[in-house]
Formats: sequence, C-alpha cells, structure tokens
Amino acid sequence: MSNPTPDGTTVDELQRQREREDRAARRAAVAFLVAIVAGLALVGVYVAGGQTQLEGTLLFVALGSIGIGLGIWVRVIVGSQEVIEERPLMSAQPERRQEFVGQYEQSMGEAMSGGRRRFLLRLLAGAGASLGLALLLPFRSLGPGPQQELFTTPWREGVRLVTRDGTPIKAADIIPDQVITVFPEGATHAADAQTVLVGLRPDISTQLEHETVDDMVAYSKICTHAGCPVGLYRARVGELLCPCHQSTFGVYRGAEVLSGPAGRPLPQLPIGTDDEGFLIALSDYPTPVGPTFWNLTQDEA
Amino acid sequence: MSATSDRPREPAHASDDDNVRDGPVERLARWTDDRLRLAESSKKYLRKAFPAHWSFLIGEVALFSLVILILTGVFLTLFYVPSSRQVVYDGPYAPLAGQTISVAYDSVLELSFEVRAGLLMRQIHHWAALIFVAAIVVHMLRVFFTGAFRKPRELNWVIGVALLLLAFGAGFTGYSLPDDLLSGTGLRIGYSALLSIPFVGPLIGFIGIGGEFPGEDVLGRLHILHVMVLPAGLIGLVTAHMVILIRQRHTQKPSRKATNTNVVGEPLFPNQTMTSASLFAFTAAITALLGGLFEINPVWIYGPYEPFQVFAPAQPDWYMGWLEGLLRLWPAWEFTIFGVTIASAFIPGVVIPGLLFAIVFAWPWIEVRFITHDVGEHHLLQRPRDVPMRTAAGVAGITFLLVIFVAGSNDVIAADVATGLQTITNILRAAAILLPPLTGWIAYRIASGLETGPAVGGRPAAGSPQ
Repeated sequence: MSNPTPDGTTVDELQRQREREDRAARRAAVAFLVAIVAGLALVGVYVAGGQTQLEGTLLFVALGSIGIGLGIWVRVIVGSQEVIEERPLMSAQPERRQEFVGQYEQSMGEAMSGGRRRFLLRLLAGAGASLGLALLLPFRSLGPGPQQELFTTPWREGVRLVTRDGTPIKAADIIPDQVITVFPEGATHAADAQTVLVGLRPDISTQLEHETVDDMVAYSKICTHAGCPVGLYRARVGELLCPCHQSTFGVYRGAEVLSGPAGRPLPQLPIGTDDEGFLIALSDYPTPVGPTFWNLTQDEA
Repeated sequence: MSATSDRPREPAHASDDDNVRDGPVERLARWTDDRLRLAESSKKYLRKAFPAHWSFLIGEVALFSLVILILTGVFLTLFYVPSSRQVVYDGPYAPLAGQTISVAYDSVLELSFEVRAGLLMRQIHHWAALIFVAAIVVHMLRVFFTGAFRKPRELNWVIGVALLLLAFGAGFTGYSLPDDLLSGTGLRIGYSALLSIPFVGPLIGFIGIGGEFPGEDVLGRLHILHVMVLPAGLIGLVTAHMVILIRQRHTQKPSRKATNTNVVGEPLFPNQTMTSASLFAFTAAITALLGGLFEINPVWIYGPYEPFQVFAPAQPDWYMGWLEGLLRLWPAWEFTIFGVTIASAFIPGVVIPGLLFAIVFAWPWIEVRFITHDVGEHHLLQRPRDVPMRTAAGVAGITFLLVIFVAGSNDVIAADVATGLQTITNILRAAAILLPPLTGWIAYRIASGLETGPAVGGRPAAGSPQ
C-alpha cells in the first residue's frame, strides 16, 4: 500500500517517509478513537433521555472524526496515485451505427416498403397517444371541477357578521380605526368568507362602491394578488397592507390598490343592520373574492 | 461492455474453508468471485480514473445530502400524520395548550418535543434540504462556467436541471407538511399562482387540492408527493445521471497529460472511494451540527395555519426566494383581453419562471446555435474566459436571480434601512432590468481581455491546439 519508491531514493528518505506514515496512522487512530467515544456517548445521551444540542454535537464529533481519519488515511498513507486511462470518443464508431441501422431495417420487415412501415409506425404512435390521453383522465377524479365556488362565498342577504367565536357585532362596538376579522354567522370556518371590518374616522370622506353602515366598511380579507390575508392596517394613512407581497389598499377609497402587485381592489361587502341592531350582510360579495383568475369577469356564467 | 476472458475458467477447486491461513480480504474476494466472478472486472473498474479537483466534489455533496434526506426522512414519516382533522393540543408546549390544531401540526409538535431524537432528525432533515439545493446549484454553476455540459453531456445537463426542479418540488412539499402558519401561507401563494393560469388554472387548482382552498385533502396529497413520488423521481434521475457519468467518464482540466482522449486521475479504489467516504462523513457531520445547534423552521412559534391569519415578515426557504421576489417586484398589471383576465400574479408566478427554466434546459443547444457553432465532442473543461459570451450570459442570469432574490426580502430591507418600501421596490425593479446587462457586459470585457492575454500557468491559450 506504500508509495512506489522513485529511483535513487536514499535510505534516509525512505525512513522519513515511513515516519510520516507512522505519524499519520497515529493521528488517524486518534480520530477513530474519538469517533468511538462520541458514538458511545451518543448512546448514553439517548438512553438518558435525549438532548438535542448534545446529540447534534456528538453526532458531529463522531462523523467529523471518521471523516478526518479517512482523510488522513487516503491523503498520507495511501498517498496520491495517478491512473491514466484511454478515453474512447463517444462519436468514434460510425460504422457500428451503420451496422445497427442496417440490422434494424432488415429485422423490422424487409418486405415492407419504407412508406408502409412509416404508416404502421404512425398508427402505432396514434394508438399510444390516444391511450395515453385516456390514461390521463383518472387524474380528473382527484377533485371536482370549479363550478361557482370561486364566484360565491357563504355571505347572503341578512346573514349576521360574527367574530371567529360566533359573537354578533353591533355598529356601536366598532370604534374608528378599529379592525376586526368577521365571518358569516354559521360559517366561521369558511376561508373564502373572511372579511375585514374597519371603523372609519368620520372626518375623512369616503368613495365606496356599495352600501355600508355609518363609519365602517367591510372588505374581503383575501388579497386579490396571491391570496394572503390582508392582515395589517395602517390606521394613520387608512391602508390595508398584505404582508406577503406588500400590496396596499385604500380603505377610504373602495380598497383600491395604492401600491404593490395586486391588480384589483378588495371586493366590498355591502352591510347594514338588522332589527336588533346587529350588523348583517346585504348580499354576497358583488365580485369574486381572492386572487384573480381568468374568467373572473364572466360572473354570470 | 463486460470484460471477456479468452481462456476457460478454472473449475473452482478450492472450497470456502480451504486455506485457513488466508486473510479476510482474500477470503471475501474468493467468496464473491466464486459466485459473481467479480475479480476480473474489478481489476478494471477499481482502477478507473477520477480526475482530482475539489470542484468535482460539489455534486457529491448534493448526492450525500440526498442520502441524509432519505435516511432522516424515513424516520420522520413514521411519526408524521397527514391529516387536517382538528384536535385540542394537550402536549408539553405550554403556549399552545388547549388550542385547536390539526392532527398534522400536532404530530410535528409531538415529534419535536416528545419523540427522543425527533427534533434532531427534523432539523437535520431541513438543513440537509437547504444544503442539497445549494450543492445542486453550485455544482450546476461549475458545470456551466467550465462548459462541462457540451456534447456529449447535454443529456446529463438536462437531467441535472430536472433534478433541481424535483428538489424545488420536494422542498416546497416538505415545508408545507407541518400545517403551520408559514407553510400554509406558502401553499396559499403557490395555489394562487396555479389559479392564475388562463383557461385551465382553476381546474388544475381544484383537481390539485381536491376543491376550493384550503380543502381537506391537500396534506395527504402533499405527503404522498413528498415521501414517494418526488423521491422516486430524484433517485431515478440521480441513478441515470451517474450511469451516464460512468459511461461518458469524467471531464477534466486540460494539462500536459490530460487530453481529450484520455482520463488522468486517481483510481476509484482506494483513493476516490476513501475521499468520497470522508466527504460523506463531513457532509453528515455538518448537517448534524446545524441540526443540533441551529434552530430551523420552529413551527411551534409560527402557530397553526389559519387561513385568515398571517405573520410578517414571512420568507420562504432560500431557494424559493427568487420566486417570491418576482411576485413582489412585478407591477400590478392586470388586464382582460377577449374576456380572458390575465392576473397580475400570472406572468411573475408562472410565465417568467417557466421561461427561465426553459432557457436553462435548452442552454447546451442555444449555445451551439448562437454562440459557439461548435458541435464537436468535448471532454476537456474550459475556463470562463474561453467563451466570453457564455460567461456573460451566466453572470447576467445570476445577477438577475440575485436581485429578485433580494427583492423577496424587500419588506425586511425597508424596515432595516428605514426607507420606504416603495422606494426599495423601485430601486430593485430598476436593478433587475439594468444590472444584468451591466454585469454581463463587464464579465464579457474581463473574459475577452483575459482570453487575448498571455496564457497563464503553463496552460495553452484558448483556441490553440492541445
């Protein structure tokens, strides 16, 4: 396993080489011993109940020592060895290729003319393609196609606005600049119904699309860009901000996009109050909520 | 291509228990050779030449990370439960006590806090995933800038890019599984990008998760993708990658000895084998240290996923950052033509990533067609200066990706330097358009300057015969 001795090596040099290998062997031995100890310690830590930091460190020491030991072994004791191989070029055998093509032509039916064989091959390819198409269809079983889901939410005329825990809300509960997330009563787990109710400051004029109760407005909480909840409200400037891609929507201006990548305003939920003074929806959202999709404007479909 | 013998084999006259004085290596060799007749071909394969250069080991780091991922992943999947059924948390992590959470999230908490060595395994798995993708990317850059993808290696380039895509997929499905607030948000964004595809987007999205977001089936499907489909693809393609590598043999740097028709290197055994074993131990050691000491993806802090909750700032794993940045930088262009609405997330979320990957896939052919017009067979590596246009294209591409990667943290930057978010975004938009041509041009100038300069270090100048 030792390096080949070059011609003219003196006994002295050989001696030095041997000493070098001895030292390396000792160091590799120490490394492997450390790995053994660390491995046993790992067993101990596990049996004692486990401790993540200690486990990671011991594993590091054990594996690292093995790596060091092997490294010393291969670098110093095995030493650098050089092999030179010939490399046949990939493209060096055109006559073999010819042979193969000839064999193919012959074996695939000599009697058939090129045209007939091509015709058969095309039919076979067509059969494969049509079968492939048929075999793709089971993927369709993985889910229902979109019907009206993307266009509708559980909001309906007269449905109360409630908090996540189901508490209905009165207009007086909301003070200016306050923001709460509300759901339709009875559908507090409907992700597409999440709505943000914002208390407006009476001194600021508003431009809204739909009817609302005095001094508050309700918008869909789902960003029209990539669907994150529009979770932050900067009351000072009246902006709802989506923390994912930083689209901002002007609360006093019908939630129109003020900056960021969103392409359309947050839909506004028309709200009013019922006989008992609780906030209710006057209808479902007039436009689809959530991220834009291709037939969004074909609402009547 | 098995080696053939021109003389008949001697009958096996020695039984296994003959020659008790033989050492263990001899006995093992005889045992296997008597049954598989390996010694003959071993002689040839064990001395197969592996060109020795540190940069050839980066791909091995990726391979070893994959091994670590599979080993730790098998452990994790024994504890993970892909169910969105709601339960009340009653484990030891006090801040979540009594909260209603999904069974999936609960199983990850249990794995992290109650299963011995569970947290270590989980964190090693996540760190190894980050290293896996990083090693693939660096390996790919090495192959790109040294022209190692040229004929006859186009196929392995394409397989390599496909492996990168699978790694993205494995990473994304993996960190979506814990059903925590961060992963659910990532899933929501991915689903929205799908939804934006004209005509088929809603259909694909609905089929993909079994209905309207968030759906009941999504965790089970992600789980199967993550533990079965994607690993099968990864293992299959890695195998193909290596079989082709062995078939074509390694590239090498040109030298006095190394030419286009030979391979100069260290023998597969013992040198390369031991070096690789050592490298595997080091890779595993680093992931163990990271997994043991450095917290990653602490899902208990994020809380369970609720579709109406979100936290800021939220960043995905590093290799998704460029996609996130594209979504943030792209302006709010949304328009309707012939009744088809093009969502503002469609172009940055689907079209541009698709185009980028198409270019990367096709690069070996693009280069031959438009830059080098070289259809020869190459086994010698180039230096970046040897093909200035390629180097320029690579540098420009990296610059673009880095800018949009930084843009994935535009909110954090804005908070840090106390500048308006809009200003930061506009600066990054300008940088994404202007910087790539600039850095590409600089790279081109440097490369062509070096190319025409004197040969360095005894290497022949580009274009001169080897």
